[in-house]
Amino acid sequence: MTDNMHTKKLAEIAKTIRSKNAGVDKITFDIIFRDRDDYDLVRNSGALTRESVAVLYGIKDSRISDFVEYDPASAIKFTIYRNRPSGSMGDPDIFGAQQYAPLMDMDIPLP
Amino acid sequence: MSSTRIICPNGHLGFAPLMTKSFHIGVAEKPDYIAADSGSDDIGPVPLATDTCASPSQWQEHDLEEMLLAARKLDVPMIIGSAGDTGTNSRVDMFVEMIKSIAKKHGLSQFKLGYFYSEVDPELIRTKMQNGSPILGLDERPPLTESELDATDHIVAMANAQPFMDLLDKGADVIIGGRSSDSALFAAAAMHNGHGPSESYYLGKVLECASFCAEPYGGKETVLGEVNDNGEVLVTAMSPAQRCTIASVAGHAMYERSNPFHENVAGGLLDMSNCVYEQESEKTTRVTGANFIASEEMRVKLEGAGKLGERFVGMAGIRDPYSVAHVDQIIDWAKTQVKKRFGEEGYELRYNVFGKNGVMGELEPVKETLSHELCVVVQATAPTAEMAEEICITGTRQMFYARLPDVKGTAGSVSFLLDEVLQASPACEWTLNHTMAVTDGLELFPRHITNAGI
Repeated sequence: MTDNMHTKKLAEIAKTIRSKNAGVDKITFDIIFRDRDDYDLVRNSGALTRESVAVLYGIKDSRISDFVEYDPASAIKFTIYRNRPSGSMGDPDIFGAQQYAPLMDMDIPLP
Repeated sequence: MSSTRIICPNGHLGFAPLMTKSFHIGVAEKPDYIAADSGSDDIGPVPLATDTCASPSQWQEHDLEEMLLAARKLDVPMIIGSAGDTGTNSRVDMFVEMIKSIAKKHGLSQFKLGYFYSEVDPELIRTKMQNGSPILGLDERPPLTESELDATDHIVAMANAQPFMDLLDKGADVIIGGRSSDSALFAAAAMHNGHGPSESYYLGKVLECASFCAEPYGGKETVLGEVNDNGEVLVTAMSPAQRCTIASVAGHAMYERSNPFHENVAGGLLDMSNCVYEQESEKTTRVTGANFIASEEMRVKLEGAGKLGERFVGMAGIRDPYSVAHVDQIIDWAKTQVKKRFGEEGYELRYNVFGKNGVMGELEPVKETLSHELCVVVQATAPTAEMAEEICITGTRQMFYARLPDVKGTAGSVSFLLDEVLQASPACEWTLNHTMAVTDGLELFPRHITNAGI
């Protein structure tokens, strides 16, 4: 059971959580924070990592092309390979714009 | 050489119209160039494969008219990249005709209209492959095969700044570019004025999507970019409601790319790892420290798309909780009926179940369906429209007749919004996301100059 006193949802902390195509073969995810403190809080929590997003999306590590912490924008960013290029038959999200939603409920432990 | 100032009123010109108020504020700043990119590969493979636009011509004309009238009034160059979404030859010709017709409509004095093409003949690529120059894949794609090439209808090459600079050198007042890197058209203007490639390509990088580098969020507003003698880039929001902040400008560097530190263009890489962002004034952010690294080999990115077949779409709703829980069996029933009629191959049949995992498919972490109702979208593609329609209607209507063992409702397993299937755009696929070696940045981009106006 989650201890509500000591965790927050990522959506409560981040200013922006978004996803979008990065070219035709990848989708990139941006989690942007209001300030350095919130950014450091999430970075230091260890909850949002290359491993944790692989588990969340049910994908192998090899499908993650990049996972970067980007200080100038106080942002965490990762990118995954699509199984098929954007707009292939049955692709429900040609722009890749609605793939971020599961990140919103991620539990971030507070210090 | 002093500073060079460029306004950009729109990213992906034509996809939605520019906002005129902030554009006119930008024009009043008397910039040295007015420039915008009109391309995107976000729109899926259909426009390139079928050589059509994703943007309505009214919006393209609206923006070209605003920009042309302002540029001619100020007597400064106007630059457009990736004409008509895809930058194919027909889209370049279409924009050239639009410019001529707008000039005529307004009785503009004669000016030089430069344009270049980006489309690549598949046979040229085949020859390169056969001569031992592999077409290397991007994003983990393997090198291009001849069968992938055969499945491709249109290929465009991604120009860097060189074709734009060549046309500026030849005195073009207006440039319509074929497919090009978003940053290249802005970089060309700055480099034409003598600035270095590092600050010029960075200027392009920050301006390419107009107000996406400003906050609060709002697209299609004009921004002003300036590059000065010290190699500094200054970017200013023109909308009274927006500012360019450290966060908004740095944030834009990561938009739509896998990595915020690197931007590849033909012949080099813009390294933004050491960029320093400073708030210059309320609406302006200053950026320094970008570094353009020329590559040893000139490789140009190729985008290619091919048509798979004609496509029809059907829709069905499900409300019975037992049927919601057994939607996979309903779909299996319908697929089986299609297989009985059409066999296993020669067509493609896809189901998206909205309410279950319609938006995310295999990436959806919610495995247990929580919705009380579902919408099933059925897509069929086949070589002919008749066959695609029949497969789609079979795949949709047979869900109505699905035989579930314990269903209470025996008069129909799904609801229909329409008792028909609808013809959609053809099914297409991105067949090329590759690079090809060239001898120089002008090789694939034939350039032309004509006159417009009276």
